[in-house]
Amino acid sequence: MFDWINNLSPGMQTAVWATIKILGVLFLAVLPMVSYYVMAERRISAWIQDRVGPNRVGIPLTKIKLFGLGQPAADAVKAILKEDFMPAHVRKVYFWLAPMLTLIPAFMVLAVIPFGSTLGAQKMVIADLNVGILYTFGIVSLGVYGIVLAGYAANSKYPFLGGIRSSAQLVSYELAMGMSVVPVFMLVGDLNLSSIIGYQQGTLLGFLPNWLIFKLPFCFIIFLISAFAETNRLPFDLPESETELVAGYNTEYSSMKFAMFFMGEYTNMIAASAMMVTLFFGGWTLPFAGLDQPATTIMGGFLHIGIFIGKMLFFMVLFIWVRWMLPRFRYDQLMDLGWRRFVPFALANILFYAVYIWATTSGAAN
Amino acid sequence: MQDIFFYIFAFLTLLCGVMVVANPFSRNPVTSAMFLVLTIASMAGLFVLLHAFFLAAVQVLVYAGAVMVLFLFVIMLLDLKEEERRKLNTYGIAAAVIGVGSIAAILVKTLAESKVGEGLAMPVKQGQVKELGNILFTQYLLPFEILSVLLLVAMVGAILLSKKDLK
Repeated sequence: MFDWINNLSPGMQTAVWATIKILGVLFLAVLPMVSYYVMAERRISAWIQDRVGPNRVGIPLTKIKLFGLGQPAADAVKAILKEDFMPAHVRKVYFWLAPMLTLIPAFMVLAVIPFGSTLGAQKMVIADLNVGILYTFGIVSLGVYGIVLAGYAANSKYPFLGGIRSSAQLVSYELAMGMSVVPVFMLVGDLNLSSIIGYQQGTLLGFLPNWLIFKLPFCFIIFLISAFAETNRLPFDLPESETELVAGYNTEYSSMKFAMFFMGEYTNMIAASAMMVTLFFGGWTLPFAGLDQPATTIMGGFLHIGIFIGKMLFFMVLFIWVRWMLPRFRYDQLMDLGWRRFVPFALANILFYAVYIWATTSGAAN
Repeated sequence: MQDIFFYIFAFLTLLCGVMVVANPFSRNPVTSAMFLVLTIASMAGLFVLLHAFFLAAVQVLVYAGAVMVLFLFVIMLLDLKEEERRKLNTYGIAAAVIGVGSIAAILVKTLAESKVGEGLAMPVKQGQVKELGNILFTQYLLPFEILSVLLLVAMVGAILLSKKDLK
């Protein structure tokens, strides 16, 4: 089936494989995941609050309900067909630009994540950059423009406040998040995400998996909490806190533009889960049955992708669970937590691991 | 292929740079700031073409992701309507012409005296992060440390200025 690709020049081969991977990740994994993630959020929230949730939509024109699994399709059709209302007072260019600027960085982050070992001869990562983590942080930091510009474009009070809040919040927590992964670089000695997974092969003390969570637990805690702040999820969803700001930065949006903000938020959560799995939970590896070595068969390749998605699902559900269990922070508490607790804590953490690495490695290591 | 990308990114950098200061369609400061973000992004593209992936990533991370967000933050808290109505004044134009003219003169003289393309180091393909770190902490250790002191001074200054009553 893929013979014709092997006849192309090496440059063209890379381009073709990259295109196949991008389309595959986007249409077979991310978009279905986003739509069913929204559905899962509604069902789990209903379950937590002792309600029923959306369980009716099944196959159209029949009575088959399928536990409501048709709901995402119905939501999508609704978002597309609804009137795209643009209030008269908005700044039009930015009003158009903001939803795109939310969605594009969210998708771009996924490009460097190794979601499997190998499938045939192909490495299961779209772009195996040697500055992988820095790229991720760079792109994530661009995500804030979508929200800020949405607040600015709406040209009314509440969205504007939401936008301003988010810019301050995201910049603050990016700092803590960036510093929380510095010990990971120091321990692994590489910024490439595939090498970080390679480092996590094998076992620790004979029974624990050699995942970085067991070596760098504080890094993971800071990263996890900052990830909640970066994705604007409760308990840190100040930019869109309903009780005070109507719906925050997306108050004036409707129809597909609103759906794009929604998709951006859920894609960000998927990306954050994937990053946590990659950095702290061994990526596609499992420490038994030889599953921590790159796959040699097609089935093994698919199994690794399955392991990766399985680990991701845990964090994706965690995002939902926390949202419906914890109340929202006040804004000053949020800033206080970010700047006066996490930043010093992350700095101390870096220093601790620097001293640890210095003390445990011999001087001749260089 | 590389040449085409170079011209695209170089053109974008220059175009967006001009649009930051002399946008014929809008005198909105937020628009200027957004064009500055585009300028930074295109410059990151130029770094990528030079195989300086680390610099490109840091450029986007620090300038586009953090500094420009704070710019926007400050701009939005100002009175934007007044900025949009502001007329050009003679002193401003004179200062701009003198400033840009002298920088351009320096640049032209430097370019004329440098031997373009001679003695260039070949780009290192792999593992630049490690090499960059090694160079920073051996060959350029003193400038590096002085720069960090400079940042510290700036930070102390900012804290001092933001205090209302000094005791």
